Amino acid sequence: MENSSVIANVTGSAVVVRGGDIDTDRIIPARYLRTVTFENLGEHVFEDDRAQGDHPFDEERYQGASILLANANFGCGSSREHAPQALTRWGINAFVGESFAEIFYGNCIAMGLPCLRVSAEDMQTLMAAVELDPAQELVVDLEARKVRYAGGAVAADIADGPREQFIKGNWDSLGQLLDAGDQIGETAAGLPYTNGFAVAG
Amino acid sequence: MGKTLLHKAWDQHTVRQLPSGQTQLFIGLHLVHEVTSPQAFQMLRERGLKVRMPERTFATVDHIVPTDLTERPFIDDLAEQMMVAIEQNTSEFEIPLYNIDDKRQGVVHVIGPELGLTQPGMTIACGDSHTSTHGAFGAVAFGIGTSQVRDVLATQCLAMDQLKVRRIVVNGSLSEGIYAKDVILHIIGQLGVNGGVGYGYEYAGSVIEAMSIEERMTVCNMSIEGGARVGYVNPDQTTYDYIKGRPHAPKDFDRAVEWWNSMASDADADYDDVVEINGADIGPTVTWGITPAQSVGIDQALPELGDYADAERVVVQEAFDYMDFKPGQKLAGTKVDVAFIGSCTNGRLSDLREAAKVARGRKVAAGVRALVVPGSQEVKAAAEAEGLHEIFEEAGFEWRGAGCSMCLAMNSDKLQGRELCASSSNRNFKGRQGSPTGRTLLMSPAMVAAAAVSGEVADVRGLVN
Repeated sequence: MENSSVIANVTGSAVVVRGGDIDTDRIIPARYLRTVTFENLGEHVFEDDRAQGDHPFDEERYQGASILLANANFGCGSSREHAPQALTRWGINAFVGESFAEIFYGNCIAMGLPCLRVSAEDMQTLMAAVELDPAQELVVDLEARKVRYAGGAVAADIADGPREQFIKGNWDSLGQLLDAGDQIGETAAGLPYTNGFAVAG
Repeated sequence: MGKTLLHKAWDQHTVRQLPSGQTQLFIGLHLVHEVTSPQAFQMLRERGLKVRMPERTFATVDHIVPTDLTERPFIDDLAEQMMVAIEQNTSEFEIPLYNIDDKRQGVVHVIGPELGLTQPGMTIACGDSHTSTHGAFGAVAFGIGTSQVRDVLATQCLAMDQLKVRRIVVNGSLSEGIYAKDVILHIIGQLGVNGGVGYGYEYAGSVIEAMSIEERMTVCNMSIEGGARVGYVNPDQTTYDYIKGRPHAPKDFDRAVEWWNSMASDADADYDDVVEINGADIGPTVTWGITPAQSVGIDQALPELGDYADAERVVVQEAFDYMDFKPGQKLAGTKVDVAFIGSCTNGRLSDLREAAKVARGRKVAAGVRALVVPGSQEVKAAAEAEGLHEIFEEAGFEWRGAGCSMCLAMNSDKLQGRELCASSSNRNFKGRQGSPTGRTLLMSPAMVAAAAVSGEVADVRGLVN
C-alpha cells in the first residue's frame, strides 16, 4: 500500500520567485481547476502573473529548475492541491522559503515535496547568489538540514516528523493511516455522536 | 489547569500517534464538492480502496455551477464534465449528493449547518480552505487538499500536526452599522495574514457571544485569511437553538447538549496566546490591497509606506500599484464597477436581510453591475418567502441561484479587465474574481449594497440610520 520513495535530498538548479504572500490563486488561477485530473496544470502555473511579463518562470536562465526559492507565507489562500501539483509538473521538486502557508505545506508533504524554511537574511543571500549564477546546483539536504549552494551553505529548518518521513521514504500519509486498522472504528465508537448520544462518551 | 475545546476534541478524536509525530485524527464529518474531489476518488480506485464511512460523508456542487442557467448539460463543457464526475463518483462510492436539482444544494459551508450536519465538538474536514466556517458551532474544522481528501475518504482520518490555541477576545459591543465581517477584517488587519500559522483561533468575548450563529460563521470563515487553519467559538444556547429541529440534529437532544457543553473550553483553560480587541475600535472595514489584512476603516486614510516594516514594503507597494491607489487617500468616494453579495462568508439569510435594508427603495447606480447570489437553495427560498428578491430586483440587482459564483469566478460570473468590485466574499487576491487584472474590495454585505446604490465606496451608516 506504500506509495513513497526516499527523499534525503533534492539537487538541482533553482528559480527565484520574489514576493511575500504569493497565494494559490496566483500559482494556479481558479479557471484551471475545472478539470478532473492534475495532468495539464503545469502549462498554466502562474499564468496570470506571467501574462503581466517578466516572470521568473519564463526566464531562460531558470528553465529546468527543480528548487523554488520563496519569501514569506508562500502558498497562502485556497487549499487547492492544484497549486503544488502545477508547480511540480513544471519541474519543482522542493521548496525553500522564509515561511509557508499551512495548507500548502501539508499538501506538499502529502505529495512528497519537501518545504524547508530559512531565515529572511539567508534567503536574501540565496536569492542573490542564484540570480548571479542561475546555473549553479543547489542541494536541499534534509539530513543535514542545510541548503548548499556554490558560495557555501545555510541552515534550513524542517520539522522532525516530515524530515524523518522523507528520509525513510514513508511520507505517504494514506499508508500510515490505513495501518491503524481497527483502532479507527474503536475511536469512532467512543464518540457520543456516532451512536446518537445513546451512550455517554 | 483546564483544557480548550480544541484540545478536548483533539484528544477524543485521536486514533493514535503516528511515527512522524503527527496525530492520526478521526474525522466526524467529511464534506465533499466537485472541484477538489475527482482526483481523490481516482486515487482510491488506483489503490483499490473504498470509502471507509460513507454515512459520515456528504457531497454537493457549488464551485463551478452556473447561477443563472442551471439546465443540464451546462453550457461550459468543463463544468459539465466535473458534474458528471461527481455524479459517477458519489454513485459508485455510495455517498449522498445534494445535486443542482436538489433543494438542499448550496455552498458546502452553508448547507452543512443548514442540514444540522455541523455540530459542536466534532472534527470536520472538507477540501476547501473555508471549512473553518463550521467552527462557529464549536467544531474543529480543517480545510484540506486533495491527497488529504483521499485520506479521509479511505480512512475517515487525517494525519495532523497538533495546533496551538490563540484566544481572540473581542470586548465591549459593536455600534450600529458594524457587522461580523468588519470584526474579522479588523482582526486579520491586526494580526496579519500569517499571524495564525500553527494556531487554531478561539473567538470569544462579549461581541462574539452576542452574535448570531450566522455572524459567528462569517468570523470563523475567514480564519484562514489570517493564516489559521481552524477557528471556532465555544458552543452555547445560540448554537443549540440553531441546530434543534434540523434534519440531522441529534434525536436525543438533551444528551447531545450535555456532551456539547462538556466540550467547551474550561474557564481555566491554558492558551498559548491571548489577544484582546475592543469592539468600539471597529468601524466599517474595507480592504484596499491584495491581501485580506490590507484594510482600513471607511473613514481612515490608506497607510503610508513608512507605516510598514522594511520587509513588508515590497508587498505593500505591489498592492498600491495593482489597485491603483495612493498612500494617504481615502476609499470613500471611489467608483465601483461591480457589486457582489454572496459566498460562504456572507451568503446567508441574515446577510441578505442586512443588504436588503440598504437596497430597499433605492436604485443600483448607473454603470454598476450588481448581483446577489444566495449561499444555498434554502437561503434563496427563505429570502424569497420574505420578499427580499423583490427588493433587490426592484433596486436593479440580479437575483441568482445558489453557488460560489464571483467569489472565485469558476463559473461565468467574472470581473472584466480592471473592473473594481465591492464584494462580500473573502479574498482580494490579484485576479481572484476572474479577471487577471480585476480588483476586489472586501466589505460587509450591507457595505456592498451601499456601494451598489451609491456607485462608489460609501459608509453604510449614512444609509441605514
